[in-house]
Amino acid sequence: MAAAVALCRPEVISCYPITPQTHIVERLSEMVRKGEIGSASGGCRYINAESEFGALSILIGASAAGARAYTATASQGLLFMTEAVYNASGLGLPIVMTIGNRAIGAPINIWNDHSDSMALRDAGWIQLHAESNQEAVDLHIQAFRLAEALGCPVMVCMDGFVLTHAYEPVDLPTQAQVDAYLPPYEPIQLLDPDDPMTIGAMVGPEAFAEVRYLAHHTQLRALEEIATLKAEFLRQFGRESGGLTECYRTGDAETILVALGSVNGTIRDVVDEMRDAGVPVGSLKIGAYRPFPVGAVREALHPCKRAIVVEKDLAPGKGGIVSSDVKMALRGLPVIVQTVIAGLGGRSITKASLIRMINEARAGKLDEPHFLDLDWDVIRTELARRRQRRRAGPTAEHVLRQVNAVASKVV
Amino acid sequence: MADQRIKFYQTGTFTVGNRLLDPERRTVQARMERTNSLDSGHRACQGCGEALGARYAIDAAMRASNNRLVAVNATGCLEVFSTPYPESSWKIPWLHSLFGNAPAVAAGVAAALEAKGRSDVRVVAQGGDGGTVDIGFGCLSGLFERNDDVLYLCYDNGAYMNTGVQRSGSTPPAARTMTTPAVGPSPGNSFGTGKNLPRIAMAHAIPYVATASVADLHDLEAKVTKATMLRGARYIHIFVPCPLGWAHDPALTITIARLAIETGLFPLFEAERGRVVARTTIRRKVPVEQYLEPQGRFKHLFGDPPDHKTIGAIQAIADENIETYNLLPPEDGVGHEALRNHA
Amino acid sequence: MVTAAELVAIAAFLDGKYAQAFPSFGSERMGAPVMAFCRMSDRAIRLREPVMNPDALIIQDPTLLHQVDLFAGLSPSGYLLLNTSQELSELGLDDLVARLPADHVRTVPATDIALAQTGRPIPNAALIGGLAAQTGWVTLEAVRKAIGRKFPGRIGEANAAAAAAVYEAIRSLQPSEAGTGSPLANAN
Repeated sequence: MAAAVALCRPEVISCYPITPQTHIVERLSEMVRKGEIGSASGGCRYINAESEFGALSILIGASAAGARAYTATASQGLLFMTEAVYNASGLGLPIVMTIGNRAIGAPINIWNDHSDSMALRDAGWIQLHAESNQEAVDLHIQAFRLAEALGCPVMVCMDGFVLTHAYEPVDLPTQAQVDAYLPPYEPIQLLDPDDPMTIGAMVGPEAFAEVRYLAHHTQLRALEEIATLKAEFLRQFGRESGGLTECYRTGDAETILVALGSVNGTIRDVVDEMRDAGVPVGSLKIGAYRPFPVGAVREALHPCKRAIVVEKDLAPGKGGIVSSDVKMALRGLPVIVQTVIAGLGGRSITKASLIRMINEARAGKLDEPHFLDLDWDVIRTELARRRQRRRAGPTAEHVLRQVNAVASKVV
Repeated sequence: MADQRIKFYQTGTFTVGNRLLDPERRTVQARMERTNSLDSGHRACQGCGEALGARYAIDAAMRASNNRLVAVNATGCLEVFSTPYPESSWKIPWLHSLFGNAPAVAAGVAAALEAKGRSDVRVVAQGGDGGTVDIGFGCLSGLFERNDDVLYLCYDNGAYMNTGVQRSGSTPPAARTMTTPAVGPSPGNSFGTGKNLPRIAMAHAIPYVATASVADLHDLEAKVTKATMLRGARYIHIFVPCPLGWAHDPALTITIARLAIETGLFPLFEAERGRVVARTTIRRKVPVEQYLEPQGRFKHLFGDPPDHKTIGAIQAIADENIETYNLLPPEDGVGHEALRNHA
Repeated sequence: MVTAAELVAIAAFLDGKYAQAFPSFGSERMGAPVMAFCRMSDRAIRLREPVMNPDALIIQDPTLLHQVDLFAGLSPSGYLLLNTSQELSELGLDDLVARLPADHVRTVPATDIALAQTGRPIPNAALIGGLAAQTGWVTLEAVRKAIGRKFPGRIGEANAAAAAAVYEAIRSLQPSEAGTGSPLANAN
């Protein structure tokens, strides 16, 4: 990933370490020191920030001063910079940020799910999700161009550990190829003593709504731009990467699985296996989650009987997040939309479980929302324990003890 | 006429445009070509010390940087009154991001300029005491320890004024604010709390730290000028009275600032890499009552009978400063001008 | 052990195959039990789940043998390579060994071999040579090149030599050429 970012000629990189993105930022610091990153203007500055909030704030200043800016974070770090995340999109600064998708605590958990990028889904950033490390490389290149074309920051989301710590073959473009695709950054606004302007003034009720609408409008423009950039990427690099959505064997599918990120790989194996057994399933990958590709989703799903949204996130007290978006896209149509909450906190999503779940859905026996591979015995035991006394103690520790993950006992 | 030694207090008074002073030594504010970077028309209160301090400081920084300056502002009074939508009173490139990140944003601007080979353009970050000492503290410390090339100006009026006068880590002891009200057994802000940001800045061993005040224009401008000519992390802590928050007559802004200096409560000094290298001595020591009494935020100390104990505790703070910084001039009567090295 | 899985993946890639390697994700901590997985295929690999049914299992640390069920899911015709200087019967694995084809289970004192060749008791690179000999899914040549890519200079050469030594040790025990197929390997 560091190599991909370096090819994009960033001018200011500012990072703070957090699992699972640390190796990206470590490698970038090395590349900067060795002079391996050549920006359009010459240099690249790497700043070790004192926190994630500091890191993104540094990039806000850098981007406003005309530099191509980059950082990476995940989970708690993304939340810690939340104020700056909204600020960056509100100011229209084309910063690119890698999110190594990771669960948010409490309970603290370093493994993969989408709760972090989901928490910031309405902060005004474009959110792209990579299915593989190859696509992650390609999306970073597209992201800088997309961000700068629109004046809108972009998050490139890639599943923590599953992708960030996986070894797989990746085709790295050449510098010449990237240069041809990604021209130097031409700022829409610039802090320039020769042409001074005030950036970041307070806006009252008379104008705030209009400014916000324009941010929404920018995201809507991204719907087209993302598709355009994908097509051009294919032309220049010879590879299909990115785009709003991607359909797999959905043409005559009765059941279509919908998902973001790396689980799409597993899902395609499931589709093939079930198709071999005569079951008409397909899958729809959502590549751009923000802006939400309402039209493309509706187009892909409208003919099917059932859409099963497999999502690595949970809205407590409500259920699915992506499934709500899909339901909205399908409003008025008779498609059954089911929610499957899976993979929370890094629990593996297996082919076997998905196949079992699909068969249950086809038999009309799937609960809504469905929690894939949830251990209901543990749940029942814990609820019973809590009913016994007021001071029941911390939930997480007791659940861990039940699943035998904790060896010690409190005396 | 015989050669007469003219003491500074005769020539260098705080009157802007003093004709007796050598043109070279006149303030930036006294010059026709001052940039007025914070232009008139902003919405500051009558008598606002911060508006004065910011104009003084930025105009001096502009002169010292050949008018190549970018300013990053924290949320606060200055930001709010200087950019009332849809107007702006800033004539320089100016960026406001958030409350707690001005130091980091400024570091980013400086990094970008350096990456682009434009280190001739200098960066100033500015914020009130709240944004600097409390919520921006983490980012500020990061800027200091990395030695980023930014001059940070803190306008200290001792509370969160923009939001209606709440206590900050810079609020002086006994001061009344909306969150340290003058009620109960210990009215006002507690003793033994608070941060001394200049000393904390010094602890980071950065190239330059100074305290300054709107009461001494020459001194403030000289320090800003000197700081602007240096590279690396620099910090100037500027004392700015707030007539609204301190509940004093707006005509007394400069007077009260001067009294803070003359009591010893706000020492003026410079430090380089963690060591004090210069200070301004007190012309004539003044008891703290003279400083406290004109301010409504200390009114509860002057009831019937006055709270001598608390006033005494404040006097002790002043006396300690005088001793720490050696603020009272030596017996030979050499004026503070001779001791000031930066004229 | 993470490195071992990566080495297998690189070797497979050098042999012209698709490969995927990943750890079973935990905090970076030396001394904790670690599992790593590798998949190899002639087609692009899309699956992202842990390897549930390995075709080969490498156990680097035999002290884990009876703490965790390491063999769950191991294919009935799978390969097992154990890093130990003890005999299989001493390890209490007779039952397991009986379930697998006789010549699919091998032990090798890889730590000792690594110590002799590299001066450090770290057997992960060496064990990959054993995998190559046992299964034939990667060539020794590719293993040596993969090691050279991951470890620079003399360390790489020494580890490559250790891998070759383990390769030879296993090879000498093999009755015939090992098969190929669509292999999935679980390295522990």
